[in-house]
Amino acid sequence: MTDAIRAEGLVKEFKGKRALDGVDLTARTGAVLGVLGPNGSGKTTTVRILSTLLRPDGGYATVGGFDVVRRPHEVRRQIGLTGQYAAVDAELTGTQNLVLIARLLGFGRAQARTRAAELLERFGLDDAGDRQAKTYSGGMRRRLDLAASLVGRPALLYLDEPTTGLDPHSRNGLWAVVRDLVGDGVTVLLTTQYLEEADQLADDIMVLDHGRVISKGTPEELKNQAGDQVLELRTVDSGQLPLATKIIEAVTSTPVTTDGLVANVPVTDAAVLPEVVRRLDEQGVTVGELSLRKPSLDEVFLALTGHTAEDADSDDHEGARS
Amino acid sequence: MSAVTARPSADASGAVPQISQRISPVVTVRNGLQLTWRSVLKIKANPEEVFGLMLQPVMFVTLFVFVFGQAMMGDWQTYRDFLMPGIIAQSVIFATMGTGFSLSQDVEKGIFDRFRSLPIARSAPLIGAILGDLVRYAITVVMVLLVGLAIGFRPEGGFLGVLAAAALVLLFAFALCWMSAFVGMLARTPMAVQSFAMILLFPLTFGSSAFVAPDDMPGWLAPIAANNPVTHVVDAMRALMLGGDVAGPVFWTLVWAVIITAIFFPLAVWAYRRRT
Repeated sequence: MTDAIRAEGLVKEFKGKRALDGVDLTARTGAVLGVLGPNGSGKTTTVRILSTLLRPDGGYATVGGFDVVRRPHEVRRQIGLTGQYAAVDAELTGTQNLVLIARLLGFGRAQARTRAAELLERFGLDDAGDRQAKTYSGGMRRRLDLAASLVGRPALLYLDEPTTGLDPHSRNGLWAVVRDLVGDGVTVLLTTQYLEEADQLADDIMVLDHGRVISKGTPEELKNQAGDQVLELRTVDSGQLPLATKIIEAVTSTPVTTDGLVANVPVTDAAVLPEVVRRLDEQGVTVGELSLRKPSLDEVFLALTGHTAEDADSDDHEGARS
Repeated sequence: MSAVTARPSADASGAVPQISQRISPVVTVRNGLQLTWRSVLKIKANPEEVFGLMLQPVMFVTLFVFVFGQAMMGDWQTYRDFLMPGIIAQSVIFATMGTGFSLSQDVEKGIFDRFRSLPIARSAPLIGAILGDLVRYAITVVMVLLVGLAIGFRPEGGFLGVLAAAALVLLFAFALCWMSAFVGMLARTPMAVQSFAMILLFPLTFGSSAFVAPDDMPGWLAPIAANNPVTHVVDAMRALMLGGDVAGPVFWTLVWAVIITAIFFPLAVWAYRRRT
């Protein structure tokens, strides 16, 4: 299998601040590469370089075999880009938005209309095709944006935080669409802040933090590092929490983090749960709340880096856009 | 701007053939016209815009003619004839503000990112925005003229004179819109464009011969107003529509149009490339 994207040592600075600090990346053809990281970790900057919108200050990248700096036009022929903000013309109708892109890509008038209709149907927007995009819901706009990036049948699709701000229903719909595209053989580069999203969609995941790659691997490998699930416990009497912490540590042989009210510990085997409950009971600890949940991105970060995912706020986008 | 040229990267070690990078001028023009179509669609689809384009001229012409007319020149009919070329110029010049505003909006909303990720001419979005705005300016001219005709404005220059005056002011607006585009690409938000443009355009239009002859202004202001490029435009339009010396003001209008374009076209293109 060849690689659709190859990047080595990408560096980008904004006003002296390093947004990317030597990022290496490979995306296998036909697979989904998930780029996971908090705000400001360099996800958007990476996508902007790989889609020819930004020039790297150092390193190089090829997309479909073409250098993004020297052969941007060839790169643009192969890619579709769906950004974080739905980049559709709100005043134009769904059909007009898609016809415009098709015409720009060299489709004839009739061809453009056919292609627009096809895409609207595929994304469940056929009833809304004649309505202005500003009347669309958030989920519909994202779907229209995604449709717009697919007009030219790109071999490679960049999805930059495609579900940020979407409700669970719209999010699931978008996930289904992405799986569909992968079924058609499209290579996808997906950035996300959600571990669950990367887990659901990606074949390979790389984790970015402060412009560096801190981990690479399959979702399975990543979760093994961070723990499959997190056991969370609250005692009725917070005075009993230290005792409970000791018990859990003894059962899981993993250090427990606690904030004085709640104890958290990553677990890889759900079978520890009954054992924990039994021992707590034996020692007379009254449990207020006990649950197993998916680890948050913060916890993955903690496990991978030793620090939590700091929210560098919108620096990433501000910098990338100016 | 007729081709997307690949610039050598920082680590470029050798020359790479760039023939396939080139986009032919024909394609550039085609892309530009397709994006002009987008601009025109957006005007049509935006009720506030249509409303503004239609109602603002009615409001301005009637207010100025009937509120100030008598006080200015004894009777409103005389002031109407004096005012019409000026108010056409003022309306069109104010409309150029929209160019920077909408460019700034497109950048902010990420729409230019979408266009730039497509294999199209890099200058096409800018061309589309500017040509689309020329359509908007032309509508403005026609609307103001219609209102004038409705209240009895009968220019002696006739149809050809009016046509020449309209062409001249559109040419001047075309030059000015590069300035607007430059400001639009520099400012961080569309709102900033608007306030900056207001500060620039109010003195430029009101401090000209558009509403009052510079001779009637105080000593310190009169020479400034007399040499204001807008004064030349308005004087030229007045001459073409109502009669008088045409050659001088037309000459100076063309000179100013060239100067403004020579300064702001490269700046706008530079800011556009920097921002996008």
